[in-house]
Amino acid sequence: MTTKTKIGGAFAALTLAAGLATPAAAQDDTFKIGVITFLSGQAAESFGVPALNGGKVLIDMLNQGGQLPAPYTQKGFGGMTIEVVEVDEAGGATKQVQEFRNLVQREEVDAVVGYVSSGNCLAIAPVADELKAFTILYDCGTPRVFETGSFDYVFRTAAHATMDNVSLARYLKARDFPVESFAGLNQDYAWGQDSWADFKGSMAQIYPDAEEKTALFPKFGAGQYGTEISALLRERASLVHSSNWGGDLQGFLLQATARGLHERSQLVLAAGDHVIPQLQDKMPDGIFLGARGVNGLAAKARGGELAELTDTLWNAYEAEYEAFPVQAPFRMWQALLGLKTAVEKAMAENGGKKPNDEELAAAMEGLAWDAPSGRIEMALAGGHQAIQPNAIGTTKWNEAEGRMELVDVEYFAARCVNPPEGTTSQEWLAAGFPGAQCD
Amino acid sequence: MDLVATILVDGLIYAGWLFIVSVGLTLVFGVLNILNIAHGSLYAIGAYASATLVGIYFANGGDAIPWGSYAALILAAVLVALVVGPILERGLLRFFYGRDEVLNVLVTYAVFLILEDVMKLIWGVNPYFVYEPYTLLGDVEIGPLFYVGYDFAVIAAAIIVGLGVWLTLNRTRMGKVVLAVIHDSEMSQTMGVNVPRIYLGAFMAGTFLAALGGALTAPMISVTPGLGVNVIIVAFAVVIIGGLGSVPGAAIGALMVGISRAASVHLLPEAELFIIYFVMAVVLMFRPEGLFAKTQARKI
Repeated sequence: MTTKTKIGGAFAALTLAAGLATPAAAQDDTFKIGVITFLSGQAAESFGVPALNGGKVLIDMLNQGGQLPAPYTQKGFGGMTIEVVEVDEAGGATKQVQEFRNLVQREEVDAVVGYVSSGNCLAIAPVADELKAFTILYDCGTPRVFETGSFDYVFRTAAHATMDNVSLARYLKARDFPVESFAGLNQDYAWGQDSWADFKGSMAQIYPDAEEKTALFPKFGAGQYGTEISALLRERASLVHSSNWGGDLQGFLLQATARGLHERSQLVLAAGDHVIPQLQDKMPDGIFLGARGVNGLAAKARGGELAELTDTLWNAYEAEYEAFPVQAPFRMWQALLGLKTAVEKAMAENGGKKPNDEELAAAMEGLAWDAPSGRIEMALAGGHQAIQPNAIGTTKWNEAEGRMELVDVEYFAARCVNPPEGTTSQEWLAAGFPGAQCD
Repeated sequence: MDLVATILVDGLIYAGWLFIVSVGLTLVFGVLNILNIAHGSLYAIGAYASATLVGIYFANGGDAIPWGSYAALILAAVLVALVVGPILERGLLRFFYGRDEVLNVLVTYAVFLILEDVMKLIWGVNPYFVYEPYTLLGDVEIGPLFYVGYDFAVIAAAIIVGLGVWLTLNRTRMGKVVLAVIHDSEMSQTMGVNVPRIYLGAFMAGTFLAALGGALTAPMISVTPGLGVNVIIVAFAVVIIGGLGSVPGAAIGALMVGISRAASVHLLPEAELFIIYFVMAVVLMFRPEGLFAKTQARKI
C-alpha cells in the first residue's frame, strides 16, 4: 500500500467515522424529539408514565403510517420517521435546565416536547429562547408562563389551569346545583393555591351569594387528612372543591368517603379523572369531575367527528397497557399531533425539507388542529398558548361492566372557559368573564 | 359534638399515629446515640411490605377471613425488623458507634437516600392500595361526625406500644440491662453485658416500630414513593419536644403536636405547619433538652 493510499484510506475511515458519529438529528429522514416527563417520583404514575405511554402508542402508529384517520394519514412527520429521546423530569428545575441543554446541544433534537411541572416550564422557557430551540410545553398548568413572559420558540399546546375551575363553576350552574356555601381542600403549593383562587373567582361571578367557607391547604404528600375531613364535615358546605392529584387525591378520597363527606357535601374535583383506574369502584358515584380538557372518559363519551381518531388511539392504548387512557395521554397526543401539523405545514412552505427551529416556530404560531381532546387553537399569547374545549361530568360506577362511567357530561367551548387574548386570567375572572362565548 | 371535643378526638388520632412512628426514633437514639434519618425509609418500607402482604393475603382467599389482614400488617412490620434491621445495624451502623454524632446523621441520611431508590427498584413507582383493613372496623358516630373505627384502633395500638416499651424497659431484666447500656455502655460491657447484642436488639425494635407505623398507615393512603420524607420531619419535631431518648417524652410530644395541629386546622388553617414548629420552638426556649430529657454535664 502506497503512502498516498494509506492517507486516502485513513481519510476515508475518518470520514466514515465522522459520518457514523453524525447525530441522527442531522439526517433528513428522521425527526428527533426530546420527550421530557416524570418517569419517577409522585407525578410519574399519575401523569408522566401515562403520557409517555400515550406518546409511544401514537408515534408507533405514525411511524407505520396509515393507521390514523385523516388528516394524520401520512407516515411519521411529513414522511420522516420519528425518533424519541426520553428524559426523566424528576430532579428539580436546575437539573432540567441542564437536561434541556443536553438535548438541544448534544443530542441535537429537532424539537422538545415536555414538562408537567409548572416550575420546570417557567425555568425552561427562557432557556429555550436563548438556545433558539423549538419547544412545546405539553402539560403544565400555570397561566404565568405567557402571562408574565413572551417567548419566540416556546409553545404550550394545552390550555392553562384557569379553564378547569371556570368549567367547574359553569357545570354547577348548568346542572342548577344549589350552592349556599363552598369549601376547599387543595395542596399547599402553587397548583393548589392557584386552583382555589381560580375556583373562588369563578364562583364569585356565577354564584355571587354563595358563602366561602374554610379553605384548607395540607402540605403536598400529607397522606393523612383525618383532621381536615372533620373540619369539612363540620362546615357542612354545599360543596367541597379539590384540585389534589395523585396519591394525595387517592388518600383524600379513601378517607373522605369512608367518613361520608361525599354524602354531606358535593365533591368537586378539578383534575380527578386520573385516579379512576386505581380506585375503580372506590371512587364514589356522584362526584363532579374534570380532566383538564375533553380527555379520558369525557372524550370517549363525546362521539362526533373526532370519534374515529379518539377510538383508534383509545383502543391501541388500552390494548397495549390494559388500562384506559386518562388525561395525560390526551395532552401528549394533542402536543404530538400539533407538532406533526406544524412540521408538515412548514415543509409545505419550504419545499419539503426538514424545517429548522425558526420555520417550525413560524408554522406553529396561531395554528389550529384536531386532537382526541377536541379542536386545539393556539389563540393566546400571540399564537403561543392553546385554548381547547373542556368537559365536566359526574361519576357513576357501571356494576354490570365493572367500569367507571361519566354521566351528565357538559361540554364547554374553548372560548367559553378560556380568557380571550390580551387579558390575564385573574383580570378576566374579576371582570366577570368578558368576551366569553358560551353559546 | 362541640369544637373542643372534635379537636381533641382529631388530635388524639393524629397523636396515636405520630407516637408509633416517633417512639422507635427516640428508642434508637436513646440506646445507640444515633439520630436515625433513615427511620422515615423504614416507615415507608413497612407500608410497602404490608401493602404487599395484605395484597397476597386477599389474593389467596383472604376474603373469607378478612380480619386476618390485621395479622398481615403486623407480620409485615416483623419481617422488616428481622430483615432490614440486622442488615443496617450489623452491616453499617456498628462501624460508626462512638463516632461524631454529625457523622452518624450523614451516614443515616445516605442510607435514607439509598433506601428510597431501593424501594423504587423493588416496588416500582406505581401506588399500592390495601384499603380493606381500613373499612373492616366500621364507623363510629361521635355527635354529628363519623369517624372510621380503624382510627381508634390506631390509638389503641399506640397505647399498647407505649405501655409495652415502657414496661419492657422498666419492669423486665432485659429492660434494666438496656437502661444500664444507655447509662454507661463501657461499664456494662465490663460487667458482662453483650452490648453489641443490645444495640442490635434496640435497632431492630426501632425498625419494627417504624415499620409498624408504616404498616398501620398503609390502609388509609395510597402507598407511593417519597412516603417517608414527610414523616421523618414531623417525627423529629415530636422527639425533640419530648426530649431525645425519652419514651414518655415521645408520648407527650405526639400529644402536643397532634392536638395543636388539630386546633390549627379547625381554627386557623393557614398555620397548620407553622404551629408544629412553633410549639417546638417554645418548648426549646424553656427546655433546650426537650421536656423529658435529663440535662447532662458536657464532657470535655
